[in-house]
Amino acid sequence: MIGLSHYLVLSSLLFGLGLYGVLTRRNAVAILMGIELMLNAANVNFVAFTRFVDPTFVRGHVAALIVITLAACEAVVGLALVINAYRHLETVNVDQVDLMKG
Amino acid sequence: MTVDLRPLAPEVVVAAAALLALLADVFTRTSRARAVWWLVALVALGWAAGAVWTAGEGAFGVLYARDGLANALQLVGLAVAAGGMLLARDYLARVGLDRGEYYALVLLSTVGAMLMVASQDLLFLFVALETLSVPLYVLAGFARDSHRSQEASLKYFLLGSFASALLLYGVALVYGATGSTGLARLAGAEGSFPLLVGLGLVVVGLGFKAAVVPFHAWAPDVYEGAPVPAVAFMSVLAKVGAVGALVRLLPLTLPHLLPAWQPLLAALSAATMVVGNLAALRQTNLKRMLAYSSVSHAGYLLVGVAAGNGTGVWSAVYYLAAYAAMNLGAFGVLTFLERAGVEADEVEDLRGLADRSPALAAAFAVFMASLTGLPPTAGFVGKFYLFMAALQGGLLWLAVVGVITSVVSVAYYLRAAYAAYLGPGRAGVRLHPGPWAGVGLGVSAAATLLFGVLPGPLTTWAQRVAALLR
Amino acid sequence: MDARAVPWIVALPLAGAVANGLWGGRLGRRGVSLVACLAVLAAFLVSAGAARDLAAAGPSPQVVRLFDWVAVGEFRASAALQWDPLSALLALVVTGVGFLIHVYSVGYMADDPDYSRYFTYLNLFVASMLVLVLGANLLVLFVGWELVGLCSYLLIGFWFERPAAAAAGRKAFVVNRLGDAAFVLGILSVWALLGTLEFREIWRLLGDGGGALRGHPGLVAASLLLFAGATGKSAQLPLYVWLPDAMEGPTPVSALIHAATMVTAGVFLVGRLWPLFEAAGPVLGAVVAPVGAATALFAATVAVTQYDLKRVLAYSTISQLGYMFLALGVGGGGAAFFHLTTHAFFKALLFLAAGSVMHALHGQIDLRHLGGLRRYMPLTFLGFVVGALSLAGIPPLSGFWSKEEILHAARAHAVGVWAVALVTSFVTAYYATRAAVLAFFGEAHQPAHAHDPPPAMAWPMAGLVVLSAVGGFVGAGWAAAPLHALLQPVFGEHGKAAAGSGEVVLAVSVAVAGVLAGWWAHRGRREPDLGPVGRVLAAGWGVEALYDRALVRPAKAFSRLLAERVDAGGIDRTASALAEAVVRAASAVRTWQTGNVRQYAAGVLAGAVVLFAYWVLR
Repeated sequence: MIGLSHYLVLSSLLFGLGLYGVLTRRNAVAILMGIELMLNAANVNFVAFTRFVDPTFVRGHVAALIVITLAACEAVVGLALVINAYRHLETVNVDQVDLMKG
Repeated sequence: MTVDLRPLAPEVVVAAAALLALLADVFTRTSRARAVWWLVALVALGWAAGAVWTAGEGAFGVLYARDGLANALQLVGLAVAAGGMLLARDYLARVGLDRGEYYALVLLSTVGAMLMVASQDLLFLFVALETLSVPLYVLAGFARDSHRSQEASLKYFLLGSFASALLLYGVALVYGATGSTGLARLAGAEGSFPLLVGLGLVVVGLGFKAAVVPFHAWAPDVYEGAPVPAVAFMSVLAKVGAVGALVRLLPLTLPHLLPAWQPLLAALSAATMVVGNLAALRQTNLKRMLAYSSVSHAGYLLVGVAAGNGTGVWSAVYYLAAYAAMNLGAFGVLTFLERAGVEADEVEDLRGLADRSPALAAAFAVFMASLTGLPPTAGFVGKFYLFMAALQGGLLWLAVVGVITSVVSVAYYLRAAYAAYLGPGRAGVRLHPGPWAGVGLGVSAAATLLFGVLPGPLTTWAQRVAALLR
Repeated sequence: MDARAVPWIVALPLAGAVANGLWGGRLGRRGVSLVACLAVLAAFLVSAGAARDLAAAGPSPQVVRLFDWVAVGEFRASAALQWDPLSALLALVVTGVGFLIHVYSVGYMADDPDYSRYFTYLNLFVASMLVLVLGANLLVLFVGWELVGLCSYLLIGFWFERPAAAAAGRKAFVVNRLGDAAFVLGILSVWALLGTLEFREIWRLLGDGGGALRGHPGLVAASLLLFAGATGKSAQLPLYVWLPDAMEGPTPVSALIHAATMVTAGVFLVGRLWPLFEAAGPVLGAVVAPVGAATALFAATVAVTQYDLKRVLAYSTISQLGYMFLALGVGGGGAAFFHLTTHAFFKALLFLAAGSVMHALHGQIDLRHLGGLRRYMPLTFLGFVVGALSLAGIPPLSGFWSKEEILHAARAHAVGVWAVALVTSFVTAYYATRAAVLAFFGEAHQPAHAHDPPPAMAWPMAGLVVLSAVGGFVGAGWAAAPLHALLQPVFGEHGKAAAGSGEVVLAVSVAVAGVLAGWWAHRGRREPDLGPVGRVLAAGWGVEALYDRALVRPAKAFSRLLAERVDAGGIDRTASALAEAVVRAASAVRTWQTGNVRQYAAGVLAGAVVLFAYWVLR
């Protein structure tokens, strides 16, 4: 029998993978993908919790749908920014983007 | 089921103005025509402010509550937006960035902040936060030909989305712990471990937006790179939204968990005041210095949240209003200056300002004095309230840290103010007078002084918020 | 004129500052001087009128509420002014001496290109100082306290094109802010303890020795913090270092701000909160008196070796302020304020005389290069000698009366302190005589065209000569003593030595011996070799070097460890040692900011992890 904890472990793994990606990838697009993984980890949680804690109102399902929409919006703006940055800075390697520091 | 949309009228007006500005920009070619749309946007802000002023209490389902806190902070947010528009107009026209999107983005992110301070649901809060943030990412990169602006935008976006993802995961955990994302359910919840972890992640996300240490590292880089009027606007608006949401979440919704969150918030606040002020000391770039100053002010605002009492809540509201006036002004002065075709953003560039424009230099000195917290300015009264609140909340040590860091901050604020009174001007630095920005600065300076000398009305107004405290 | 006129005392100089600040360029020099001087004169006349009324109305404080200023829950502070004996005395001194110095400045600054800016600051200073002395609660007092600091800073750095002046201004501000931090904490603790900041309420609550709160640790802490604030403003050990450097400002500024008025704000603060200090148990006797006595002796000995005439006077001011704190510490509040008044007269006179010398000799102020001036500048000579003898405590000049009263109070309460005060009295007489001899006697060292200053400078000096000579009679023991009638209800009755008693004879003998020793040692403008002792004294007992060794260098070493890569240049070396340590820490903080996005993200994550760690371990 697959219980809540299984979903939570899955979601935690996803979240950890996303975190790992954000912290280790140098490519801005890859970092963005890591962030998407983290958002989807939250979605898994929402859906799983709906099933086990809040089955009547299915608020978690609604939440997941909203988050998917928002993630898409964010990705659109983010990719536009990355492309624009690439045009000027001629790199998407975030380790080379450190004009400003201190 | 019918839903009453009337409490949302102010947000709808501002959002409609944003869409109008965006659309109109496509069909607008001349600068004069753009000015018309700019004015329309300003009028919309004024209209929305009027609507908020007369709104009273209300609610939109269970997601959104129009109460004292929402009304107060929405007015502050609208004022910030209007200030941001006034400061931007002359600057953008001068540097050739005069595009309607700018105003549309300002209005959209204002809507985000307005929803944030009124949201009664964590998921709704997340949506509002994104509405606030995404336009700000774009605004940071608005100077498309500037490498620094592009870098600022990229950094802000990556880190901002990262923080949002953390916040969302926190919301999911809270949902699991309480079976709802609504604050109403949260209000009676027990402090179980998943709930606390979820709350912690939400605090991290909001703390990031407000530039709280250790989630602040983006702020100096973004503020240095982004165009000045955008920085003036975003540095205040993001704080209005984030601190407003924190106030609603912690002291207003979770007073029963005070022992759990108070030490953390106090520690964050102290760290923010110390690191922000220390880092600002050695800056030679004025925008960067003001960025760290903005970090340190997040710390002062958190003093009010951490105090957890009524005084703390309304002091934070008061300080947000004061901070809006003084910080918009401080950055606003920079919109007048130019060095060799780019923004003049070094402290040294201020030299001789007093000879060229005594009024501008005097206004700058007032803003610096207020940010320091010297009497008789708004900053002094605000800090005094906040430290009083800390004392009442039993956080004597936090008040002590606040006083000592304020003393340290004198060194760098004063250095900047002093530079404005030292002649002669630096070669290549030019002063571009701007009538609208002048109006914006005049209003900010007047408000900074007025809130300091006659704080009574604003205090009474802010104190109404404390009635929400259970 | 009753207490309702009191707001005008502040408003008039403020209006002068505003007028000169906004329209100074259009008014012309004559207009600027008229506005500035008349504003202060009018304030003096209003104060005098209101003070006369005070004598009729009795000593209970009258409070004029202007408007509600700050309100937090049950705590309210209004912008209110208080008119009582203490504020009346200080208002008279500030506006009276202030007026004379304004007039003097008309002559002294006549050729300065920034004439209107100078008078704007000076008027603003007078207004701020009046806010300080008239404030009815600690918050209003604090507003004045900060504003006088700001004006002092602006006026010290008035000639900011001189690097030394700019640096001195900053040093003054930074050191003062250290004291101010303590002061703010003191204000907060007074509120936490008593729930009010109104002076009237504090006096009512703690009136008879403090009642139940007597010796309460919170009261002790509050009074210590407030006293720390006072030592910053009044240049006491260990925060005195800014005052000698502050002499970089124009000389009339030194006379007004750094001798007669602002630096006495610390003394005023202790007097204002007198019941609080009395109720705090041992603080007065165990802290205030020793700090005052130590400062008095220390600064007097340093003054013996200085060659810059203004620095001699600066150390002398520190020493005399120490006398005032000493008096407060032994319970002689009346004596302290009497000395504050006479000191304002004779020290302002000494500074104005020094200013005349500078004016005549194009800024020459080094005692080694002066000499024989009495032939060329008779009025200046007279002024300096009267001031110096008054400072030395020679009867019947003003300084004698007040100093004698302090000695009497000290002898009655703390014999050790009294002995230090007597020794200091000798040293004071010695260095005062030394400065007079080196500057005005012997061979002339300068061109013969040196001359007394123009009337605008001469008249204020003449006025101060009269005040220094006979000003002591306002509080002298055997006269009707209006000052005592004024202060007696504030500080209670305190004894006086009978004229001609052995105590007075001893005090006068010590002073005369000091004068004679100074005269004998320096006759013919010789400078006796004090050997190694002299070198120690000349280096200010090595206190600044000690600061350097104990604070600056370890801070530097520490920061080198932390921030190897950060350049060490560009640091303002004149900033106080502590400020420098802070700056070094700031460099370390800056190195965290690498500009790398991934490290920033890691920082966010680390913060979150710490948060959870706290919740897990709680």
